[in-house]
Order: sequence, then C-alpha cells, then structure tokens
Amino acid sequence: MPRVRNVFVVLKRELMSYFESPVAYVFMVFFLLLIGFLTFSVSRLYERNMADLQPFFFWYPWVFLILVPAATMGLWAEERDTGTIELLLTMPITLAEALLGKFLASWLFMAIAIALTFPVVVTVAILGDPDMGAVIGGYVGTLMLAGACAAIGMLTSSMTRSQVISYVISFTICLVLLLAGWEPITGFFSKWAPAWLVDTVAAFSFIPHFEALRRGVVDLRDIAYYTSIIVFMLFATHIVVENRKSA
Amino acid sequence: MIEVRNLVKNFGPFTAVKGVSFKVEKGEVLGFLGPNGAGKTTTMRMIVGFLPPTSGTAVICGHDVVEQPVEAKRMFGYLPENAPVYDSMLVANFLSFIAEIRGFKGAEKKERVESAIRKCHLESVRYQSIGTLSKGYRQRVCFAQAILHDPPVLIMDEPTDGLDPNQKHVVRMMIKQMAAQKSIIISTHILEEMDAVCTRAIIISNGSIVFNGTPDELRSRSPSGRLDEVFRELTLGKEEKVNA
Ligand SMILES: Nc1ncnc2c1ncn2[C@@H]1O[C@H](COP(=O)(O)OP(=O)(O)OP(=O)(O)O)[C@@H](O)[C@H]1O
Ligand SMILES: [Mg+2]
Repeated sequence: MPRVRNVFVVLKRELMSYFESPVAYVFMVFFLLLIGFLTFSVSRLYERNMADLQPFFFWYPWVFLILVPAATMGLWAEERDTGTIELLLTMPITLAEALLGKFLASWLFMAIAIALTFPVVVTVAILGDPDMGAVIGGYVGTLMLAGACAAIGMLTSSMTRSQVISYVISFTICLVLLLAGWEPITGFFSKWAPAWLVDTVAAFSFIPHFEALRRGVVDLRDIAYYTSIIVFMLFATHIVVENRKSA
Repeated sequence: MIEVRNLVKNFGPFTAVKGVSFKVEKGEVLGFLGPNGAGKTTTMRMIVGFLPPTSGTAVICGHDVVEQPVEAKRMFGYLPENAPVYDSMLVANFLSFIAEIRGFKGAEKKERVESAIRKCHLESVRYQSIGTLSKGYRQRVCFAQAILHDPPVLIMDEPTDGLDPNQKHVVRMMIKQMAAQKSIIISTHILEEMDAVCTRAIIISNGSIVFNGTPDELRSRSPSGRLDEVFRELTLGKEEKVNA
C-alpha cells in the first residue's frame, strides 16, 4: 500500500514547482479569462436572464482540452529530460507513491483554478436563485473531468521526454474522448453507423457523463466512469515508467 | 556492506554489463574505472535499483535491491551522473524536500538540511534557485543530497566531473573524511583521483571486470609504474593498441 506521507511529500514538491515558476500564474489567468470570455461573451450568461450556470459549465470540457495537457505535460517528461527521474526513483519510496503524488498535485492544481471561478457562482446566487444541486453537480463533474484529463496527460507525459509531444498526444486523446459523445458528431455517425456502435463509442466519451452531472444529477455511474479512467491511466503510467526508466 | 552478484544488463541485443560481481566492505573506497561506454553508469544504476538487472542482483546492508528496493534505498546516498537536480527549486527547499522524502521531520529535518549545507559549503547560495547555479555548485547540491541522511553506503558517478581543481580537492577530502565509517563506490576517469582517494580499484571494459585490486597492485603491473599505461593495456583491444 502506498504510504500517505510519501505521497504527500511528492505532492507538495510538485505543487510548489507549479507555483515557483510563472507557468502557474499564466495558466490561472488564461484559464479564468477563457472561461469568463466563453461564459459571458459567447454564451451571454447574464443576458439569458436565467439564474442557472448551465452555460458556465458547458465550456469546461473544451477549456480543459486546451489547458490540462499543458499542466501535466511536464510531470514525467521533464524529469526524464533533466535526469531528475533518476534521483526521484532512487529515493526510498515506491513508484506508486511517486506517481500518485504527481497525479494528485496536478489534480489539486486544476482544482485551485476551478475554485477561483467562485465569483461567477456568487454573482448568480445574488442575482437570482440558482438550483444549487446543479451547481454542486456541475462542480463535481468539472472536478472529475479535470482528474480524467490530468490522468491521461500524466500517461502521455510518462511516454516521452518531450513536453510538446506529450501535449499533442494528450490533446488528441482528450479530443477524441470529447467528440465521441458530442451531439453533432454522434448525430453525423448515427445516420449510417448502427445505433449500438454509436452508443458504445459514445459511452466511452466524457460528454454524456459530464452532461448528467451538469444538470445536477449526481449519478454514481458517472463518478465511477471517471474514476475508472483515472485508475486505468495511473496503472498504465506505472507500467510505462517501470519499463522505460532510462529511455 | 555492498555485495554485487553477477549483474548482467542487456539493452536489446546489446549486452552492456556482462556479469559483474564484487564486494565493498566498511572503510573501503572503491574506484570504478573504465573507458567511455564500459558500463560503469549502467552497473551503478542497477546497484541503486534504478535499472532492473537482466539477471543478478546487488545486496546493500543485507537488503536485496531487487526484492526489497525501499529498504535498500534507505541505506545509500546516490549521486547520479551529471548531478541532476530540480532547476526550479531553491537550494534550501530542494534539500528540505530530500530530507522529507527520506523520512525526517521537524527539528531533525532542519538539522539535517543545515548540516548538509554546512558540509558542502552551500551557505552563500542557500536561497538561490538551482537553475542559476554554476556547474560546480550544482554538483555540490547533488552531493549534499546524497550525504544528507548520513548513509552507511555512498554511490557516486563521477563526483568530481566538471569541477575546478580546488573544488575537486574539496570533494576528495570530503570523501576521504567519510571513508572510515562508510562503504563508498565512486566512478571516475581520473587515474590520479583513484590513486589519491581509493583503497581499491576495479577496471571494467566492455561490460566485464578486467582488474580488481589495490592502486599499488595496479601500478606494479607496468614496468614504468605509470597508471595510464596499465589502464591502456587492460582496456584496449589488440587492433586498437596497434593504432594507439
Ligand atoms: N538506455 C540505454 N539503451 C541502450 N543502450 C544503452 C542505454 N544506456 C546505456 N547504454 C549503452 O551501454 C553502454 C554502457 O554505457 P554506460 O553509460 O554504462 O557507460 P559508462 O562506463 O558510464 O561510460 P562513461 O565513462 O562515458 O560515463 C554504452 O555502450 C551505452 O551506449
Ligand atoms: Mg558513465
């Protein structure tokens, strides 16, 4: 079993390294600007005159698509590139502890960014009477989605010493997982592909599981879906790092 | 203290290390020599449990690195080749991280970090970001990381590489001071360095040990008493010798 203390030490260093460089601040500002722009200028949240946050949560998957791979691309690729992986993996901790610490750090970093959007919720709560169930569901969905994207990003980061390659691959994987369940795409495919195939592929997609949460339906199956993606990616990362330490 | 048992490492069809075995007792400083690409770094990486051996194993203070990696890793300090360190961190924060990951807390953690900073003369760069340090200082930070927990075993891959003569001297003195209480393996290309700090030398060539003995025994192998001649003799193939 991974020891919590060791996981925490790695997590702390990883989180510190986000905030020691300007990357963290650029990231946060860009994230907030992007979410703000899409919510207010594109979806016109306030002009809708409805006290709900549907349009606000609607954009998260697309913003994560661009930003999460950037937050995770360094996790292993940088260690490999600078050789610090040799230092980290000869410390008296297990690989599982190291990778859990890294994953949780990137997830927590995303959670901090997400938490910074609270003024939007406060504003809507003051102006109207939003369905708090939907707000909580939206944030749960957003967090789970960020976790799944971060886990995919960590896997691709472990496969290469180039952060750019890691970014491109995890962007692509996340894009496929988003599009597979997106209405316009499923609609297009259902015209000629058998329905069961479209449904199966869509079931693997982020979107249907995110939509339910966004509407305030916290279904354990959706949580389980994201959890299993995260667990699968963590195992895959373990295998990749174990086998390609010095490559 | 360190027992290396028949280590073999294949990279695809290429065998980088071909069955290396030796022992290092307390109080010994083993110099690991050999030409570029001989397999020194690969052997050390297997001893510290970074690379899994194709076959064979290493036992450090009674702990097998393959079977009990975490216990074995507590027993040694390791200075990898090229002294990798986290560039974005401050020197003090980096050492503090190492102390934490090695299990120290509170006052003892502080004390460990302070003593490592003192021993490696890092006071002046304590709050500097590692990425802005000169090569010699980076090397010392990585050295500090290796001795922070005062381990019974030290494994160092080219600890004086890239240092100026004064700093080389400082590092050698530190190794000598610690030698009595520890088992130490250092790899080096500098024959005089081996002669100055090591109690025993192992020369490895093309993945196999070609010499294992004291520096004096090594010297006595050459009529002129010159180490570089013996080294050439032991590590060059027949054709290469003709061209050399
Ligand atoms: N990950 C790897 N994949 C393939 N070959 C490798 C790998 N690592 C090392 N080698 C090969 O193994 C051989 C031994 O390399 P090693 O780094 O152990 O040499 P060394 O004795 O440390 O040399 P140097 O004195 O230059 O540091 C070299 O031929 C090297 O190319
Ligand atoms: Mg080497």
